[in-house]
Amino acid sequence: MLREYLIRRFTLLCFMTLLLSLFTFWLSYLFPGDPLVNLSGIQNPSFEQIDELTIKYRFDDNIVSQYLAFVGRIVAGDWGFSFASGLPVFEQIKGLFPATLELSLYALVMSVILGVPAGIIAAAYHKKWPDRVINAITLMAYSTPIFWLALIFIMVFCLQLGLLPMSGRLSLLYEIPEVTHFIIIDILLSNSPYKGQALLDALRHLTLPTLVLATYPTTVLVRFTRDSMLDVLEQNYIKTARAKGLTRGQLIYHHALRNALLPVIKQIGLQFSTLITLAMVTEVIFSWPGVGRWLIDSIYQRDYPAIQGGLLAVSMFIIIATIIADMMHTLFDPISRNQAHGKI
Amino acid sequence: MVTLLLLSGCNESDFNQDIKGLVYCSEANPISFNPQVTTTGSTIDVIANQLYNRLINIDPDTGEFTPSLATSWSMSADRKKITFKLRENVKFHTTDYFTPTRHFNADDVIFTFGRLFDVYNPFHFVGNAQSPYPYFRSIGLDQLIKGITKDNDYQVTFELFNANSSFLANIATDFSVVLSAEYAKNLQAKDDLEAIDKFPVGTGPYFFKEFKRDILVRYYRHPDYWHTLGKLDQLVFDITPNSTTRIAKMMTHECDVTAHPNATQLSILAQRDDINVQQITYLNVGYWAFNTRKAPFDDPRVRRALSHAIDIDKIMDSVFLGTGKRAQSLLPSSSWAYQAQANYPSYNPELAKLLLDQVGLEPGFKMDLWAAPVSRIYNPNARKMAELIQSDLKKVGISVNIVEYEWNTFLSKLENHQHDSVLIGWAADSPDPDNFFSPILSCSAAINGKNQANWCNPEFDLLLTQALDTIDIEQRKQFYYQAQQLLMQELPLLPLAHGMRFQATTKEVAGIELKPFGGVSLANAEKK
Repeated sequence: MLREYLIRRFTLLCFMTLLLSLFTFWLSYLFPGDPLVNLSGIQNPSFEQIDELTIKYRFDDNIVSQYLAFVGRIVAGDWGFSFASGLPVFEQIKGLFPATLELSLYALVMSVILGVPAGIIAAAYHKKWPDRVINAITLMAYSTPIFWLALIFIMVFCLQLGLLPMSGRLSLLYEIPEVTHFIIIDILLSNSPYKGQALLDALRHLTLPTLVLATYPTTVLVRFTRDSMLDVLEQNYIKTARAKGLTRGQLIYHHALRNALLPVIKQIGLQFSTLITLAMVTEVIFSWPGVGRWLIDSIYQRDYPAIQGGLLAVSMFIIIATIIADMMHTLFDPISRNQAHGKI
Repeated sequence: MVTLLLLSGCNESDFNQDIKGLVYCSEANPISFNPQVTTTGSTIDVIANQLYNRLINIDPDTGEFTPSLATSWSMSADRKKITFKLRENVKFHTTDYFTPTRHFNADDVIFTFGRLFDVYNPFHFVGNAQSPYPYFRSIGLDQLIKGITKDNDYQVTFELFNANSSFLANIATDFSVVLSAEYAKNLQAKDDLEAIDKFPVGTGPYFFKEFKRDILVRYYRHPDYWHTLGKLDQLVFDITPNSTTRIAKMMTHECDVTAHPNATQLSILAQRDDINVQQITYLNVGYWAFNTRKAPFDDPRVRRALSHAIDIDKIMDSVFLGTGKRAQSLLPSSSWAYQAQANYPSYNPELAKLLLDQVGLEPGFKMDLWAAPVSRIYNPNARKMAELIQSDLKKVGISVNIVEYEWNTFLSKLENHQHDSVLIGWAADSPDPDNFFSPILSCSAAINGKNQANWCNPEFDLLLTQALDTIDIEQRKQFYYQAQQLLMQELPLLPLAHGMRFQATTKEVAGIELKPFGGVSLANAEKK
């Protein structure tokens, strides 16, 4: 059963990737200008270069052959050169993606730490004041656009109070060699004399972007956990347990939690894709050097090879993350494996 | 909790390390690390005075030449031979990629300037093939130098084809930096010639460490600097194109110094006790250049009509907010060759319409107006200026499409003359008036793409040459007066304004002086 499920997911992954690569390839024809230039990123190529590129990109052949050559190059890591910087797009994405991932991961962890317990508390005190307070805060946070929240935070914590820095990942005076591209890990790996200070500085830089980015997924998790928990608490086996005289804590911890958290796990995985999208907005506002800010800059500069590469990387990542989350959920919850079938 | 866990990996001493460094918030990525191959002010600010030295400098107050790598200089009677005595014991930078084995000497000067004009120099064709050595080509220096001879290890003589009154001024600009011949030889052996402009080696107060595009440029102090040793261990340029973000970073002290704060932001900065704002009248001009090789802008009547159609007073009020001066000529009034032009086009939309009718330009004519995406001294907000021009031109039946690109892309597209018209300008590198004419309006500047009007007028070029051939100031003045008049007749560009240069620093920063021309020097900067 599990094998069949995995095959199904794998097929879905292949199909989505195919569509995505087709769309990306099509973009180079869709953008203004010469498709060969849009694909390769080499502006004003010499005659010699045009000949070379035509052969390499199979532009003297039909469109299917061109597409296959495109896929071959994507797999080999040859994503063309950025118009703006003249650097290889793939290398740039490799260097920038960890920053986005890092920010999203911290935000996700924070939203789980805050959101799930808050949801449980709200459900446990259903229609009492903790539930009402949590609900009110959640509703407020849910309806606040994150760019606005980010600007308010910057105004208050950076410009007025001067407590936190407003841009970047680390004060530029700290020179930390990039090994993993995850700033905290890189600082710990480095043997710089100001390691401790740099670490504190990196955490200060992380605080606001993480808080802002965590807002949306936290509210979603609070609501989801609360609803899921309330559903479970309505079940007969809980009523039976309550009739046996168990306390609220015992009831929730021993009987309700595991069942209630199953759908939440799936939700955590699904939140990751939303997070990556929101991370782009956060990155622009906090000048976070991630792939989102880079992609938005590229759009502004009409840097077509970079736009294609960036879109492909981000979408691939979201597809893979969603499928992995789905699989994780299935591992915990065997019943869900059958849900994709149309059964009578 | 997580923080505590992470911090437990650090010793107490890790927290007590003080970094003596300065963060300068800069507005754009440097295009190159060699001033010879670019004229972009944002790049020159970052590289020229920090990494390199020139043979001579110009005193910003007196305008006189002062010694630098050359301790003294003399000129032959016919002014065709200039001899420089060079400083001894000057060390080049030791970096991750190069360790010098000898001190600076005559070979370095011969290599540096040889690269510009000597086609047999292996580095002559390296770099920007489209417009190599833009500044030197636009002023014709590559055609002026006949040869450079080494008299001994510490003396060189430049031989010129003809006498030129601005030669020394040009040798003193930020572009005439001295490179290392030994490093060049080293790169030749490695067959990596391009590296000479990307991984710089100079004699300046700081040496290059790293450049991360869109993020930073990092320098460290040159420990064996021949002049006063710098007080900062480290110098970092934080690349922040958005001027509002730069000001916000100034307020959070993430920047110690900020380039080009906007006129609108000055009042906010003035309210802060922890921030100083310096200002200086700067030799510059902001203008609206028409691509004179493109129809209908090849017709001077069209250029005049467009010039009459825009209200410059309104532009001065809304863009410069009292921090600029209306232009009456290409030269700013502080230049000794300045002459206010009587036939400077006044705001007269009716006349503009009449002229456009005469030319037969159809109503609803569409044109592109390129606006520089970064704030410059000569134009703090080109976008806003473009919008004002757009609304003015609409009144005479012309519809304007505003075009913007990232700064470096913008400049490279401009070099290819892809524009109809552009709002840009020029900031002087020396007080010599020729610095305003030759680099932006000569025929050689048109060929190498720096003449944004794409204008080549033999009569105008002749005036410039005649002015350079003489050292009689009065005679030079007359030639420049004529040049200014010719410009007003032909209007390849419309001079709009002369801006002030501003710089914001935190109170802890000292030792940065603003000069009326050229780039920024952080050699004596310190942070208390």
